[in-house]
Amino acid sequence: MAQASTQRPSCLAIIPAYNESSTIGDVIRALRQHAPRFDAIVVDDGSTDATSEVARGLDVCVLRVPFNLGVGGAVQAGFLYAVENGYDYVAQVDADGQHDPRELRKLMAAVDGPDRVDMVCGSRFLTNEYKYPAPVSRRTGIHIFAFLLSRMLSRPISDPTSGFRLYNRRAIELFARDYPHDYPEVEAVLMLHHHRLRMREVPVKMYLRGGGRSSIRGSGKSAYYMIKVLLALAVGLARKRPLVDPSDPAPVSAEHQL
Amino acid sequence: MAGRIQLVAVIASVAMLVVVFEMVRRRRLMERYALMWLLSALVLTVVSAWPAGLRLISHALGIAYPPSALFFLALGFILLLLLHFSSAVSRLGDQTKLLAQRAALLEERLRRLEGQEEERPARGSEPGFGRADPGLAHERRLAAAANRERFTSDS
Repeated sequence: MAQASTQRPSCLAIIPAYNESSTIGDVIRALRQHAPRFDAIVVDDGSTDATSEVARGLDVCVLRVPFNLGVGGAVQAGFLYAVENGYDYVAQVDADGQHDPRELRKLMAAVDGPDRVDMVCGSRFLTNEYKYPAPVSRRTGIHIFAFLLSRMLSRPISDPTSGFRLYNRRAIELFARDYPHDYPEVEAVLMLHHHRLRMREVPVKMYLRGGGRSSIRGSGKSAYYMIKVLLALAVGLARKRPLVDPSDPAPVSAEHQL
Repeated sequence: MAGRIQLVAVIASVAMLVVVFEMVRRRRLMERYALMWLLSALVLTVVSAWPAGLRLISHALGIAYPPSALFFLALGFILLLLLHFSSAVSRLGDQTKLLAQRAALLEERLRRLEGQEEERPARGSEPGFGRADPGLAHERRLAAAANRERFTSDS
């Protein structure tokens, strides 16, 4: 794989996918066409349809997790892959066609910009230029998180649930070590802040899902999502220092402490 | 208050001690988890066999009926054990996640290496195990046998 550290930095696009065989082909093709410097890796999160086969048919690397881990676990597998293969930048692109690979250029420009940032986040709400056509309930939820996070970090955050992100080496290494379990995006912003890494948001256009089904559907699931993320934020607030630092004991170990 | 309830409590807690100990002896229960059980069984045994101590505890806690203090203690231990298990389950969940990710990474690597290997020798031969090349299959069998020998002699 691309390991050239002396030439252009190497870039990897992580595409977490769970039963997305209907859209993943188009996402991969669009990525090839509009962001050719990105290698793609599909993390198949225990799909029961032909997601892996479609991706492999297009000659894309597939990490196939043996059972469904949730987005967090799947994306973290991608981070581990990026660390092992020495990638400098990682982009996270959804497999359902919400994210437009053409916009990756904007994220790249922001991460390479004059003041170094460790994560660039594509935001749906930064300008009025693009209208994000989602139901009101979902938008309300996103705005609640945005409001809370902005208060906690004392800086404006407009779209903390966006999964369209670009990470540099430091962020990749952090998240390969420790990444939230099931609805990771909001918590990841807070983690980044605790570890004193910087992030910036860039306005992007997003589409509604092209096909397949969202992992957050049904009122029960969305209620669980809200409560879980709120709890994570509250706990994160109480967590003064980073949970795991290099040279700390492993977060997961066979040793027992109680 | 000596009487049937005390006898039952003593027998139950001693039985619990014996069962836990026996499970550890047969390696059905790891020492790590047995410790909590042994501790609670021990305390319950002492308290049920020694009513004066129980009366002391219940008096200190403001419980009028001493056997209730026994229930109270038992309930406390149960809650503690459950919390302990939740933490153990969380840890196991984390570990399985890590293993799943590792497995996926290794599988991908293996696939890539096999792909490279496939390209080198003459095209057209099936890349299945032990099907294409009898010499290679023989070699694999030898290696497997050597491995088995190593493992059995280790243990």
